[in-house]
Amino acid sequence: MRYVSLLAALTGCITCITGTPALAQVPSATATTTTTQNTKPAYHAADAPSSTPVVYLGNMKPVMDHASYFHGILDEFEGRYAPGGSDFRWDGEAWYGTDYNRVWLKTEGTLEHGHLHDGDHELLYSRAISSYFNVQGGVRADIDDGPTRTWGALGVQGLALYEFEFQATAYVSDRGRFATRIEGSYDFLLTNRLILQPQAEFNLYTKSDPARQVGAGLSDVDAGLRLRYEVWRKFAPYVAVSYAGYLTQARRIVHDQHEETGALRFTFGIRSWF
Amino acid sequence: MSNASRTRDGLTRRRFVTGMGAGGLLAALPVPASASPVTTIAPGTVPAAASATWNLHVGRRRIEIDRKVLHAPCIGGNVPGPVLRWQEGDNVTLNVTNTLRDEETSIHWHGIRLPANMDGVPGLSFTGIPPGETFTYRFPVQQSGTYWYHSHSGMQEAQGLYGAIIIDPRRPDPNACVRDYVVVLSEWTDVSPMDMINNLKMQDDYYVFRQRTLASLPHEARMAGSVGAALKDRLQWSRMRMAATDISDVTGIIYTYLLNGHAPDMNWSGLFTPGERVRLRFVNAASMTFFDIRIPGLEMLVVQADGNDVEPVPVDEFRIGVAETYDVIIQPRDSRAYTIFAQSEDRTGYARGTLAPQPGMTGPIPPMDPRPVRTMVDMGMGDMKPGQDMKDMKGMDMPGMSKKDAPMDGMDMSDMDNGNMDHMDHMDHMDHMDHMDHMDHMDHMDHATPATPVMEVDDPGPPPINVENQNVARMPVDRLGSPGDGLEDNGRRVLNYRQLRATRPGTDPRPPSREIIMHLTGNMERYIWGFNGRKFSESGPIRLKLGERVRFTLINDTMMEHPIHLHGMWSELENGQGDYRPYKHTLISQPGSRLSYLVTVDVPGMWAYHCHLMLHMELGMFRTVIVA
Repeated sequence: MRYVSLLAALTGCITCITGTPALAQVPSATATTTTTQNTKPAYHAADAPSSTPVVYLGNMKPVMDHASYFHGILDEFEGRYAPGGSDFRWDGEAWYGTDYNRVWLKTEGTLEHGHLHDGDHELLYSRAISSYFNVQGGVRADIDDGPTRTWGALGVQGLALYEFEFQATAYVSDRGRFATRIEGSYDFLLTNRLILQPQAEFNLYTKSDPARQVGAGLSDVDAGLRLRYEVWRKFAPYVAVSYAGYLTQARRIVHDQHEETGALRFTFGIRSWF
Repeated sequence: MSNASRTRDGLTRRRFVTGMGAGGLLAALPVPASASPVTTIAPGTVPAAASATWNLHVGRRRIEIDRKVLHAPCIGGNVPGPVLRWQEGDNVTLNVTNTLRDEETSIHWHGIRLPANMDGVPGLSFTGIPPGETFTYRFPVQQSGTYWYHSHSGMQEAQGLYGAIIIDPRRPDPNACVRDYVVVLSEWTDVSPMDMINNLKMQDDYYVFRQRTLASLPHEARMAGSVGAALKDRLQWSRMRMAATDISDVTGIIYTYLLNGHAPDMNWSGLFTPGERVRLRFVNAASMTFFDIRIPGLEMLVVQADGNDVEPVPVDEFRIGVAETYDVIIQPRDSRAYTIFAQSEDRTGYARGTLAPQPGMTGPIPPMDPRPVRTMVDMGMGDMKPGQDMKDMKGMDMPGMSKKDAPMDGMDMSDMDNGNMDHMDHMDHMDHMDHMDHMDHMDHMDHATPATPVMEVDDPGPPPINVENQNVARMPVDRLGSPGDGLEDNGRRVLNYRQLRATRPGTDPRPPSREIIMHLTGNMERYIWGFNGRKFSESGPIRLKLGERVRFTLINDTMMEHPIHLHGMWSELENGQGDYRPYKHTLISQPGSRLSYLVTVDVPGMWAYHCHLMLHMELGMFRTVIVA
C-alpha cells in the first residue's frame, strides 16, 4: 500500500509539473470585464456554435481543419557498447488521428546477446485535454523473452512547463498489481541542428516479479544523454552515453540471478520520424 | 486607358534569357487571354489597355525556379498569372477554364466588390470549377486601384495560382504615372502545402532554424547586458512553452522568395528614365510570408492601400501583410540601378528586383536586418513582466478599451528587442490604464452622434485556455502606430496604419449599431488556429443583417501577426483619421493588439472571413459570414 500512496503523490507531482492552469483549465473568464455596476455582461460570441448547420454549396467545406494525421517517431534506435556486454535498444511511438482523438502505439525493448528483454508495447487511446497535454488510456503488454504480462494503462503525455517532454502512466495488471512509468526529456539547443538531449525513464512497481527482474518500489532506470545532429528534421544521427540499471529490490533480484545490475554504455544511434 | 504608351518601356527581356525555363518561355506561346496581348509581355508590366473580357486557362505546368521543380497550378503557364487590367464602370466577363486533369479550381477576386455568387469560394459562392469546365464570372466593376486574384481551392494559391488586377478609375487618376509596374511578391517551394501542415502538426518549429541556442547566447547576453538577464528571459519564454523567435511558421529554409516570379538571382528589372515618376503596385501574393520593402536610396510615396487612394505618405520602408496591396510612387533622379529589396519578416530570405535606366544593370543588395524577437507586448501583456501573476490583472480586460485612446508612443520597443524584459518597466503604460478606468462602453462616443442607440455587442469574453488556445492577451494594446515587430526604431521612416488617411471621406456616415468582438486564437504547439478559442469546424457562422453597420474588433491573443480578410465588403479601419478612414480588404492584426474597423453590410450572401496566412486559414482561422 505504501506504493499506492506513492502513486498518489506522483499524480500530485504531475499536476505540479504540468502546471495547474494547463490541467485544471482555470477559466480566464472569471476576470471582471467591465466597470459598470450592473451584473457582469452576458458573453456572446458572434460565431457561437449553432444548431442550424450551414448548408455549403455542393456540400463543400471551405477549409479542412478536421483532418487526421499519421506520424511515427523512433526516439531511440541505438547500439550500446560496454566491455561487460553490448546491446541494442529501440523506443518509438506512432499515432494516427485528429487534433483531439488519436490512437497511439508505443513500443520499446532491448536486445542483449540474442535475448529480448524490457519489451513493452502499448496501444492507447489519446485525448487532448489541455493546450499541451493528452490523457492516454489502453493496454500494455510486456512481450519479450520473459514471461508475458498484460496491464491496463492510464496516463498523461505532453509538454510540461519549461518545455520538458513528459509522460507518466499508471498501470494495473491482470494479477492486481500496480506500476508506474515516468519518462522525461529535454532538448538543449547547442545550435539549431546540434541538440543535446538528457532523457530518463523510471519504472515503479507495487510488487516484485523476479521472473521479469522486477522489484517492488523503484525498479529500474534507463537514461541517456544524447547529442544529435539534425541533418534534416526527420533524420538525426546521435552519439550518447546511456545508463540502464536496476535499483533497490530489483537490483538484489538481478544480482542474485548473477546478471549485470547496471551499466554505463557508449551509444550511437539514429533518431528519425515521419 | 490613359496610359497606353507605357507598356513597352517596362518590358524586360532579362527574364527570357536567365529565366525560369519552361514557365518563362511559355509566356510567348499562344494560349489564353484572347482579348489582350497579356501573355506576350513581361511580368510586372501593365497591359496596354483595359479589357472587359478575359479568357483564363488554369493548368499545371512544370516550372523550375532556384532548382526547385514544381508542377505549378497557374494561368497560361505563368507564375504569377497575367495582370488583368479592367476599367471601372465596365461589366467584366472572365471565362475561367479548368484544364487541370483531376482537380477542381476556382478564382477569387481579392478585394473586389461583387455579387456573392461571383466571389469564387467553393462551398460559399459556387461549387468550384470541375476539370474540363469553364465558369464565367460576370460582374460590374465599381471600384478602382490595385488588387489581385488567387485560387481558393486545394491550396493552389500556395503553388502559383495568383496574379494582379489593375482597375483604371473612371475619374482621372491622381497617381497616374507613365512608368507603371506591378510588383507581385510570393514564395516558391517544391514542398506541398499538405506536407507543410503534416510537418507542423508534428513539430511546430519544423521550419524554424533561427532559434535561441547555446551558440547565440553570447550575442543575446551582450544585448541584454548580462548572461543572467539573457538566461532569465529564455526561462520566461520556455516556462510559457513558447518561443520568442517564432516569427514565421514557414521560412526561407524551403522558400525562395519571388518578385514577379523571379528568384533573387534572376533579378527582375524595370526600366526608368532618371527624373521621372515611377508607380510601383506592390501585391503580397505569398501564402505565409510578410515582407518588409524598401528601395535603398529612394523615398517611397505611399499613395494607395488595398486599392484605395490615401493621402501620400513619404516612407523609407513599409511592411506588407499577406494579401495586402500598396501603391507607391518613386522618383529616381540618378542614372543608376536601384534595388527593390523585400526581406521576409523573419529575415530568412528576400525577394529582390532592380529598377535601372538600362537593361542588365544590378543595384547593390543590402544586408538583411536582424530578425525580430517577440516580446511580452506580443503576448498581449502590455508591459507586464513574464511570469507576473495574472490574477493581479483582473479587471483590466476591458471590452471597450479604445484603440484610438492608447497611442504607443511611450513604448520603446528597441529595448525589448534586446530580449531583456525588465526594460519594459520603463514603459509608461499609464496612458492606457487611465482610459480604461473611465471607459465603460463610452469609448465609442467619438464615432457616434448623440442620438446613437445603445450598441449591441457580441463579446465572446476572454477566450478559454484550452486545447485550441494557448494564450490570452491580458492587456491588448493599440499597435496601429507601430510599423510592426522588427521595424520599430530601425532608423528609417516605416509606414504604420495610423498614417493611412483616405483621400475621400467614407461613404457611410452612420455609426455602427453593433460591435462584434473576435479574439484571434491558436495553439502553436498543436498547430491549431481559430477565433474565440475554436476552429472553423466547431463554430457557427457570423450572421449579419443586410444594411446594418457593424464594428468588428479584433483582439489578437496569439503572438503572431494575422492578416484578416473579409470578403465582399470593405473594412474601414478606425485609425484615428475620423471620417477619412482607409478602406481596406485585409488588415494586419498585430500580436497582442486590439484594433477595430467598420463594415457596411451591403451585399447579401455567404462570404468568407479568415486569416490570409493560408495554413492558419486551412487549420481553422476561418469563419463563414452570412448576410441576409
